[in-house]
Amino acid sequence: MKRLLYLKGVATLRLEQEACIGCGMCLTVCPQEVFAMAHGKKVRVSEPDACMECGACMMNCPVGAIWVQSGVGCAQAVFNTMLGRSGEACGSLEGKPGSGC
Amino acid sequence: MAIAGQAFVVGELETPIGRVPQVAAVLAWRDRWGTLLVRLGFGRMRYTVEPGLYGVGAPQKDSPVLVTANYKLSFDHLRAALAGLDAWVLVLDTNGINVWCAAGKGTFGTAALCAQAAASRLGQLVRHRRLVVPQLGAPGIAAHSVKGQSGFAVVYGPVLARHLPEFLAQGMQAAPAMRRKTFPLVERAVLIPVELVIAAKWVLPLAVVLAGTSGLFGPASFWENVREQGGWIVAGLASGILAGTVLTPLLLPVLPGRAFSLKGGVAGLLAALLFLAAFFSRSEGAGNPLAGLAWLLLIPAIASFFGMEFTGASTYTSLSGVKKEMRIAVPLQAAAALGGLFLLVWAGRVP
Repeated sequence: MKRLLYLKGVATLRLEQEACIGCGMCLTVCPQEVFAMAHGKKVRVSEPDACMECGACMMNCPVGAIWVQSGVGCAQAVFNTMLGRSGEACGSLEGKPGSGC
Repeated sequence: MAIAGQAFVVGELETPIGRVPQVAAVLAWRDRWGTLLVRLGFGRMRYTVEPGLYGVGAPQKDSPVLVTANYKLSFDHLRAALAGLDAWVLVLDTNGINVWCAAGKGTFGTAALCAQAAASRLGQLVRHRRLVVPQLGAPGIAAHSVKGQSGFAVVYGPVLARHLPEFLAQGMQAAPAMRRKTFPLVERAVLIPVELVIAAKWVLPLAVVLAGTSGLFGPASFWENVREQGGWIVAGLASGILAGTVLTPLLLPVLPGRAFSLKGGVAGLLAALLFLAAFFSRSEGAGNPLAGLAWLLLIPAIASFFGMEFTGASTYTSLSGVKKEMRIAVPLQAAAALGGLFLLVWAGRVP
């Protein structure tokens, strides 16, 4: 099946390749195959438009070489945040712990 | 509820740290009924299990420890995948939220994992020092920090619980396909009932208001107007909802564009054309062009909105992308909906 891709050129993902130690944790945790190992030493971003900004790579990079403005791609959460509602079923973007889809 | 009083607890395991509840790896009718209800949107936010340590099968000192959230649907998926295996299950308190969403919020996180591992005295229970965490829990877990704080190494398991037997049999190695989150037709389809129920809650009051308005402004008496137009109003709104919450998820890969609001809008346009074909062929002379134009605006606007709402249930949308499409789509949806409502009321006044 053709892979589903979201909007082009919007993901905030940044990889500082000089800092990369090639441990491969980002390849393991990324559910969208955004990264690829380049020459077995360092990782590169091969599919930037597939990034869903979940933040798994940033959390699990032991040397802090990855940055992404992580969040949940949910229109209802954006509405809830704008309306100042954090107790809704699906929560808001900065919802208190305990709310969430 | 006490941890042992839960219906899926079938026994107790004697361990070095005391008795641990043993849970069934086969789902009972009660579990399936519960799954059906939450899939329909009932009690979805209160469908929980008690956090803590459980055993499946006859786990020993060397058995794997599998971590999950205390959303019962997640817990049930996990234990059903473990039929015939011996494993420990460590349930974190995520307030009944699934692993992926809870990880995004941080409740399924490094601190919660380390705290639960300590509280459940895992160090005395098992000889190894490994925790199998679902891959989709990674947005909340820093594996290197867990190692530093608890002494346990995090091994990321497959995306889907049903791949766990193969993952464990391969010495905790996941094939590349197990690491990829796809969004096939079946997974999209099971989400439809919840979307539909949520949409109906929004739109039913609107249907009542619109029918009432058509009654007040129409050419004949209130109830005659409502009888004449109410059916079309319900059918028009239903077309928009069905296009946004059923058609859009089902046809997601083939609908044009990448933005969900666009996909929903296109599905809504298809639905609007079907609706108008019926509207102009069946209404006796009342096939008012103004009302037709109103529905041509309203149905795609509603479908676009609910298509956009499906971003939250989908598995591949980013927050940056959702914000970008909302900046463009929400004003258009609002303009089309308001224009449509205005035309509909206006059309109702023309005899």
